[in-house]
Amino acid sequence: MLAFIVRRTLWMLMVMFAISLLVFLIFFHTPGIDPARQMAGRNPTPQTIAAIKQEFGLNKPLPEQYVLMMNHLFISRDLVSYTNRGLKVLPQIEAAAPVTFSLVLGAAVLWIFGSIIIGVSAAVLRGTIWDPLLMVVALIGISAPVFWVGEVANMLTQSKFHSSPLFSWVPPLGYTSFSSDPAMWAKHLIIPWITLAILYIGFYGRVLRSSLIESQSEDYIRTARAKGLSERRVLFRHSLRTSMITFISLFGLDFGALVGGGALLTEVVFGLPGVGYLTYNSLSNLDLPVIMGTVVYGAFFIVLANALVDVGYAFLDPRIRPT
Amino acid sequence: MAEVATAPEAGQLATADSPQIAGKSPWGLAWRRLRRDRAAIAALIVFVLIVVTSFAAPLYANHIAHTDPFQSNVDGTITQNGKKVSVLQTNALGIGVTPIGPTWHSQYFLGADSQGRDVMARLLYGGRASLLIGIGSALIACLLAAIVGLVAGFFGGLIDSILSRLMDVIWAFPVYLLAICISTVLLVKGLQVGPVGVNPNSLWLPTIIIGVVYVPYVARPIRGQVLSVREKEYVEAAIAQGASNLRLIFSDVLPNVVTVVIVLLPLMIANTILTEAALSFLSIGVRPPNASWGTIIGDGQELLYVRPWVSIAPGIMILLTVLSLNVLGDGVRDALDPRAKLRVEGDGS
Repeated sequence: MLAFIVRRTLWMLMVMFAISLLVFLIFFHTPGIDPARQMAGRNPTPQTIAAIKQEFGLNKPLPEQYVLMMNHLFISRDLVSYTNRGLKVLPQIEAAAPVTFSLVLGAAVLWIFGSIIIGVSAAVLRGTIWDPLLMVVALIGISAPVFWVGEVANMLTQSKFHSSPLFSWVPPLGYTSFSSDPAMWAKHLIIPWITLAILYIGFYGRVLRSSLIESQSEDYIRTARAKGLSERRVLFRHSLRTSMITFISLFGLDFGALVGGGALLTEVVFGLPGVGYLTYNSLSNLDLPVIMGTVVYGAFFIVLANALVDVGYAFLDPRIRPT
Repeated sequence: MAEVATAPEAGQLATADSPQIAGKSPWGLAWRRLRRDRAAIAALIVFVLIVVTSFAAPLYANHIAHTDPFQSNVDGTITQNGKKVSVLQTNALGIGVTPIGPTWHSQYFLGADSQGRDVMARLLYGGRASLLIGIGSALIACLLAAIVGLVAGFFGGLIDSILSRLMDVIWAFPVYLLAICISTVLLVKGLQVGPVGVNPNSLWLPTIIIGVVYVPYVARPIRGQVLSVREKEYVEAAIAQGASNLRLIFSDVLPNVVTVVIVLLPLMIANTILTEAALSFLSIGVRPPNASWGTIIGDGQELLYVRPWVSIAPGIMILLTVLSLNVLGDGVRDALDPRAKLRVEGDGS
């Protein structure tokens, strides 16, 4: 187990190095672009461009440039935005992270329960009209663009039916931190949670249904039935428990991906000032240092989350350790 | 999403079919199974209809709506119930303008956007761009992935290690972040590699970017399949007969790997269309004057509470397109690899 953890950690560091190298090459060495001019945002002064050349050592050899970039990102942590002169990037990311985390956490709770209900119901109701019907609903959830679902939700709750008692509690778009007002925090986030969860409820519901049905033909299920266990006990204690192994490892990956940047579209539509929203605002200003910061930190978080999932998985299921 | 990662082990077809259909090619059998799958055929028809109507966009704009969907029409008027109505009306508060809502007639069927342009005509043109980018980038991803997967799986050794590790790195890099990274850098000047230049306003730029970021999602299953085909007796037999590497790749390995690509293609197009819509919504995908479903949803955001159709209509089109591709993808997978269906549905016990 220890050997596995060591190997997995080394691989994680390798991937992080490769990703940072990739980002470095994309931002500073894409053919045909002038990196200093790009970093400077719209309408820069020649002094700004010269300052950037100096700061990132753009006339020095490549390895030195890479080290300088990593230094600005991780060691001196003094990456600044040139569009909003002097605004430091990393404190902004730190301030935005709890918002993203609140959004993803709530959505994750909804999608776990939602998809277990849908997946188990569809598997139990196989052979009736309800199974294909539920699966079509799940597929619609997967096929709808999340930012569009968010816009439709906004239109219904903020405008069309806002005066009706159903949605009159929905506050205007925005965010209140949990520590200042927990009730308001939840009110702001309920509609975004549901929007973000819809896609994953559809996806996980489908995965769970097929793995439940697949397990029906396994020997241990036949044994459980032969012992005379009730169908309910077979389903919840035997089928579902095994199916949850895949479910949980997928969950870890998707949770990491969402916190690391995947929740961007939902944040934009609902005006939640998370990391994704920060990235989005920088896109319209072409504020490249901010984008570089959010992308590298986001990707690193995802790689770390994936490594944790793998280690956790190996802890639960010893069969996969050797690989 | 991991949807594309659940590639079935296709390519091993028709082993246990009844004797009456002996003599049909595997493709014939697969097509026969697909034809019996009513949901898949319905989805195919819906998808083809969407493609045909989108590509008929110029016909609609010229002969039905009589409008140029890319030209703003701020002072325009149309005749409604015998009265002249301006396309952009000053709204009740006297600040800003409200575009005309859906007329449900040939002109401004779905109303106008904030620049007085016909939303229906833009929807069709936007569909053409979205479909071109979606299909084009899925094909680019599959082509590059086929090359990477074949080379890595066939030659193995060091080449395989390098290519696979590279794919692992891109795989670990989330699709949206990578696409955002590349798009923002190329946004201003476009791509310049040697003599080849891609204009930042051209549809090729998002097509290439989306195509490249999805390569690992197809390359991994292809490599896996190549590895398993490589160990088969018929490959061994071909080697024993002195077949060259090229011959082995093209006549023994490739035909048995194509099914993987065909199974993944509809799902890939579904994913690339969603990615394109997201990037365009964030204004780093399709650039003006071009429009795509994603950019129209973005344009409609400011009109959401007064003229919701501007945003809702393109979303419905994306939903229908992606839904039909997902259903079709499931059907194609079941048709090409009936054992995958058998595994999922249980063996009847």
